[in-house]
Amino acid sequence: MKPLVYIAHPRLDRSEISGPLFDVAGQTEGVTCVDLYGEYPTFEIDVAREQRRLVDHDAIVFLHPIYWYSAPAIVREWQDLVLEHGFAYGKHGHALDGKVTLNAVSCGALESSYRPEGGNGAYLRDLLAPFEKTADLCGMRYLAPFAIYGAGRAVEEARRGDHVAAWRGLLTALRDDRLDIPAARAARTLNDIAASHAAAPETA
Amino acid sequence: MEFLAAGFVYLVAAVVAVPLANRLGLGSVLGYLIAGVVIGPVLGIVGHETVELQHFAEFGVVMMLFLVGLELQPAMLWRMRTQLLGLGGLQVVGTTVAIAAVSLAFGLAWQAALALGMILALSSTAIVLQTLNEKGWMQTIGGKSAFSVLLTQDIAVIPMLALMPLLAVGTGHDDAHGAEGHGHAAPTAFDALPDWAQALAILAIIAAIILAGRTVMRPVFRFIAEARLREIFTAAALMLVIGIALAMNYVGLSPALGTFLAGVVLSDSEYRHELESDIEPFKGLLLGLFFITVGAGVDFGLLFSNPIGLVGLAVGLMALKAALLYGLATAFGLGGADRWLFTLGLAQAGEFAFVLFGFTLVAGVLPAELVSTMTLVVALSMLLTPLLFILHEKVLAPRSVASADREPDEIDEAGTVVVAGIGRVGQIITRLLVTNGYKVTVLDHDPETIENLSKIGFRAYYGDATRPDLLHSAGLETAKLFVAALDDREKQTELVRHVAHSYPNVTIHARAIDRHHVYDLENAGAHIAARETFEGALSMGRDALVALGNHPFRAETARRTFRAHDHRQLDALRETWNTEGVSASYIDAMRAHSQTLFDLMKEDRLDSFDRSERGWTPPPKGDASL
Repeated sequence: MKPLVYIAHPRLDRSEISGPLFDVAGQTEGVTCVDLYGEYPTFEIDVAREQRRLVDHDAIVFLHPIYWYSAPAIVREWQDLVLEHGFAYGKHGHALDGKVTLNAVSCGALESSYRPEGGNGAYLRDLLAPFEKTADLCGMRYLAPFAIYGAGRAVEEARRGDHVAAWRGLLTALRDDRLDIPAARAARTLNDIAASHAAAPETA
Repeated sequence: MEFLAAGFVYLVAAVVAVPLANRLGLGSVLGYLIAGVVIGPVLGIVGHETVELQHFAEFGVVMMLFLVGLELQPAMLWRMRTQLLGLGGLQVVGTTVAIAAVSLAFGLAWQAALALGMILALSSTAIVLQTLNEKGWMQTIGGKSAFSVLLTQDIAVIPMLALMPLLAVGTGHDDAHGAEGHGHAAPTAFDALPDWAQALAILAIIAAIILAGRTVMRPVFRFIAEARLREIFTAAALMLVIGIALAMNYVGLSPALGTFLAGVVLSDSEYRHELESDIEPFKGLLLGLFFITVGAGVDFGLLFSNPIGLVGLAVGLMALKAALLYGLATAFGLGGADRWLFTLGLAQAGEFAFVLFGFTLVAGVLPAELVSTMTLVVALSMLLTPLLFILHEKVLAPRSVASADREPDEIDEAGTVVVAGIGRVGQIITRLLVTNGYKVTVLDHDPETIENLSKIGFRAYYGDATRPDLLHSAGLETAKLFVAALDDREKQTELVRHVAHSYPNVTIHARAIDRHHVYDLENAGAHIAARETFEGALSMGRDALVALGNHPFRAETARRTFRAHDHRQLDALRETWNTEGVSASYIDAMRAHSQTLFDLMKEDRLDSFDRSERGWTPPPKGDASL
């Protein structure tokens, strides 16, 4: 599969999780990386170019921090403009059928908060329902989110290294068709599956 | 005619030898010296008249110190004080003492030994700075440390010049010789004054230089600049330097000290770069002439009478200086390649030695035989310097890379951006960059604008930005970005062409008058050319749509569509314009594009579903997917 990683972070310069993960994706052979805020600083998204990108790839990954139980604004703008009728959905819209998609996110709150009995009152995957339903409508296969919780203290608590290794494993497994897609679709998060693929940097 | 013929000989020698020496990696100073050797001792074209010429050429040193002063803003000196006083001061004092001690052991009088120590403690600013710049070592720790030592030495020349006469042994040395050679020893009306009045006059002149530099010179330069006559500005710069030199001569002080002081006073002024560019060629030629006369004066008889002894002296001198430098480098925490660069780079004696030898002769500090011997030794040490740099580059530096534990280079943002033209366009760009923390150097030819900008803290300099030398002194070779924002169409294109050609590493953003100018600028080498009125007019167009009752967001999307279409048109017509100019097919293509845009806008008005106008359009009625 050809993975396409979209990063959506309006302040990459002070990002502690998304930025480093994006760098790792850029160093991974066969993975295409797009910095949405970098390419479209005025939100003037080039619809034709984005649709070409989607057609050319099989696994679409959105890498972003969780903002208000969703993604930063440019992802929503991207959805509104790129997922056109007749392309992504509708009677003649089948360009995305069968492609795999997922959200790779960093959450400020702890994992304990993302539970029915926790502060946020629901699992992360359930809160990301709009992404899952969008994928369903476009005929794509939605995978469970890959997430790091308590992201603000991940560096201090030395949890970033494992997360980066798991991320690298996830991307290479996707690329090499080693990821168990049915299991990834059924899981609550991708974290354990990704960790089982955890990998050191590839030596090019 | 004799004057012209002599001048021609010197020029031919320089024009042949200097580029050759540069090509061989020896540097221009050695080129001049070799040229002098060839036309003097070797071919015998010039003879003893070189001595008089040398006194005239020494004025190049006065100009050089003026330029050194111009480079030294008081604030920068203050920032570098530890480096200057510590590293530089210790080098000058330590080497002076060491060489003086050795000289004493050789049986010299203490005055002569001290003079020799001071003279040989100096290194060659000309050779070293040029090499550091050429090789790109200026930003390494070793390069920066070497620079601060050279700077200290340049400043130390001033007290040395003042000290020399005090070291005169006064053993009935031929005073008449001094009087004919150096103006400042000639008796003047000043000498008739009583001592207290002399001291007062000296203080008054120094105070006058500082005060005039701070208050009078700015309006004077501005007045001259407003005349827009470049050669008159040059004349004024020369007048300033020569005038100060004369005044200092009159009171018996070193002209170099006076012009140095004037340089420091003017280093904060917005006319600094222009002054620098104007004086630079005179200084270069005079110093070159000076080095030629030194070369022409080399005593070959002396060299061949004892070649091994002289080379031995040169090597010994360099070994002694290098040992001290190595110790200092270690003490100041330089490691690896930086330590070697610092040690080997500064081990030679410098061009100031020739100047100071001249002074010692006149003042009778050093005997003539010793001076001619040491002149040879200094020249030999300078000749050996390029070899040491090669040794450093090829052998020592690669070896010490692994062991080097140096800190990352400081990012020197000085003059990261150079903006040429600070009118309606340049001003906005500059303000945006400055408020985001970038250092911007601004050039403009309107004295009033420049002065107003300097008042509010911009690094703004007066000068015609199309002058290559001015661009050079504004620091374009180290700049990341060059913004060309002149309002004159032709000048702007020429400027971009020159910068793209001479500074291939700098990114060029250029202001274009119209779409054809965009193509011109791109062809001249601009990386980005933007029409100055385009974005502003588009905003006004959008506001007009809003005023006519369109929803603001609808007006904004219309603006974006129009803008994107216009950029596509600019790209599409580039080829046609480059090959044919405004031809019939160019006009046809332009018409076709306008029609497309019109259709595009009309389709949207009719609310038809079409791919060409996309974004936030609902699915067609009656196609319910769910």
